Amino acid sequence: MAAAIKDEAQESEKLAQSVPLPVRAYRVMLRARIIEEKLASLYRAGMIKGGVFLGKGQEALSTASTIFLRKGDIYGPCIRDQAGRLAFGDTMLDTLRTYFGSAQGPMRGRDGNIHRGRPKEGSYAMISHLGSMMAVVGGGLYARRLRGETGAVGVTSIGEGGTSTGAFHEGVNFLAVEKLPVVIVVANNQYAYSTPNSRQFACADLLDRAKGYGIAGHRTDGTDIMACLETLEHAVSAAREGGGPQMVLASLLRLVGHGEHDDASYVDANLRKANVGRDCMEVGAQEITEAGLATVADIEAWTAEAQAEVEAALSIAQREKGPDPNNEDWRAISTERLVDGCYDDEEEDA
Amino acid sequence: MSVTYLEAIRSAQERALETDPRVFIYGQDVGVFGGAFKATKNLAAAFPGRVMDAPISEDAIVGMAIGAAIEGARPIVEMQFADFSTVGFNQIVNQAATLYFRTGVSCPMVVRLPSGGTVGGGPFHSQSLEAIYAHYPGLIVMTPATVEDAYSMLLEAVTLDDPVIFCEHKLLYYHLKADKLPDSAMPSGKARVARMGRDVTLVTYSAMLHEALQAADELIEEGWQIEVIDLRTVKPLDTDTILASVARTGRLLAVGEAWPWGGVTAEVVARVTSEGFGLLDAAPMRLNAKDTPIPYHPDLWATFRPTAETIAARLRQLLTQ
Ligand SMILES: Cc1ncc(C[n+]2csc(CCOP(=O)(O)OP(=O)(O)O)c2C)c(N)n1
Ligand SMILES: [Mg+2]
Repeated sequence: MAAAIKDEAQESEKLAQSVPLPVRAYRVMLRARIIEEKLASLYRAGMIKGGVFLGKGQEALSTASTIFLRKGDIYGPCIRDQAGRLAFGDTMLDTLRTYFGSAQGPMRGRDGNIHRGRPKEGSYAMISHLGSMMAVVGGGLYARRLRGETGAVGVTSIGEGGTSTGAFHEGVNFLAVEKLPVVIVVANNQYAYSTPNSRQFACADLLDRAKGYGIAGHRTDGTDIMACLETLEHAVSAAREGGGPQMVLASLLRLVGHGEHDDASYVDANLRKANVGRDCMEVGAQEITEAGLATVADIEAWTAEAQAEVEAALSIAQREKGPDPNNEDWRAISTERLVDGCYDDEEEDA
Repeated sequence: MSVTYLEAIRSAQERALETDPRVFIYGQDVGVFGGAFKATKNLAAAFPGRVMDAPISEDAIVGMAIGAAIEGARPIVEMQFADFSTVGFNQIVNQAATLYFRTGVSCPMVVRLPSGGTVGGGPFHSQSLEAIYAHYPGLIVMTPATVEDAYSMLLEAVTLDDPVIFCEHKLLYYHLKADKLPDSAMPSGKARVARMGRDVTLVTYSAMLHEALQAADELIEEGWQIEVIDLRTVKPLDTDTILASVARTGRLLAVGEAWPWGGVTAEVVARVTSEGFGLLDAAPMRLNAKDTPIPYHPDLWATFRPTAETIAARLRQLLTQ
């Protein structure tokens, strides 16, 4: 049984490798865009509780940031990384289960939306506090090093706004001091919620910070999947080969609100018309068709396939039950004998 | 005309800016955007240069407010969510809270914390942190439960010479309404008897006041009169008002939305037990959230925190003791 699964996994990996990289990347981007469109409509229909935060416009960068990762690597995604998560092995089903709070999902209804992951599989579950995943991904890599394991890489991403946190600065400095094999992907989408870059930082170029930390820096066009793939391939291999932390700075624009509750009316219309405002899906489609890697009909077929994948996952996730509060163990630590049970007794008496 | 809890907070800030040139507001997205919850809507335009967007740097946000306060300004800081105030925690508890004691110079600033749970909020957008701030000497901690208090206590907070942690409850923002803003107010530091009753003293604060009042309504039908006390500020804690009530009822239940270990309800029970043991006819009780992170799923969350239903159950239990 286990062997069969392994064979199958190897088979699908081989198959995947035979597909040209830009096509593989584009198809991940497409799946991300399509599931996010579904999330937006579910949100509007009142079927998702709490916020919905999407990565529209950032699919190319996000996909490229993890497409070069392998099993055993570590990924600490941020808000707008639906695509990067999918490229790292997250599924549409896990995505939807988490939004619905399904008991079958990886978070079991205890956490939701973008705050999901499977730490044992190298996919760390972000907390909301921006900047705080930098050091955590570094710690994961540090432990690998202590165990004598080599070859693993970590990728962690953040918005330009998140780079203003003390946690980011402390984290990156630590990564640099330890020369850990990590890629820090900074998505400069020009805004942090409503706050424009002019109120966020005063340096002319965020990439100068790489120099300040003593790490390598790379720049890329976040709207262009080919550029992102080239930059990230280089950065991931440099990290893997012992080059220490690599900072990748991409410029782009978030093409949705901060969350689905937000109409983003504060976004400068000129930015929408500028290069950063290009939709990476359109740019990518043009690039792969012009390169002869796909036809318009292929893209239509992939779109339909992704839509079917979403619908299939949705039909499962939507029917699943949420957790049953009466059968929850309501335990915040794993050491059962040290649970401070005093409060449970109060409950039982009631 | 009616005014919401959120509008009261916005109006208090507007009035403070109007009447005191030392006041300014600093926080993420508080400027033209008007804040994540719109608590500073239109204030940046009305008071140019005095309502400023901050980088995502809570430590620096609080630190700058402290420095400004030392120089005679009256900063109001908005944390986007109470949960993110932990990133500015060091500046609040080690810098602001110790300044007066160490140097004799006071630190007049207000840190607004959009607090408490809402449906789907999850572990990092739902926290109630009043207890952890109250634990540190040097801070005043306010937890308004009504529109009137949200307004008058925030106005008063700005006039105080000490750092105030202002815990405003997000669940009350849009739904809690009053006919108008108050002209006069009880001073902070005094608890209020929100409802008179003969049989139990129920001490609570913030959004739990409304669950408690609903529970008290339920118990009326069973012939029990519950006295409900709204603490208003949890630090200082108005022990006198609580003890006077327990002297009449002989029974105490303390209810809070925060976690159970230590905290406001534990403090209330400890004080009544040590200072008013003889007044009690039954062992005092308390009811809090569960001792876990705050769950995302609405069903888990509904069980996680006290509700009118669980408060009523606890009251019945206390009354039959
Ligand atoms: C420490 C901290 N403070 C405040 C917030 C609230 N918050 C969530 S997202 C956000 C803006 C993030 O901007 P940026 O880092 O540029 O990422 P983007 O949303 O643009 O992708 C803010 C202020 C937070 N999550 N963490
Ligand atoms: Mg940004």
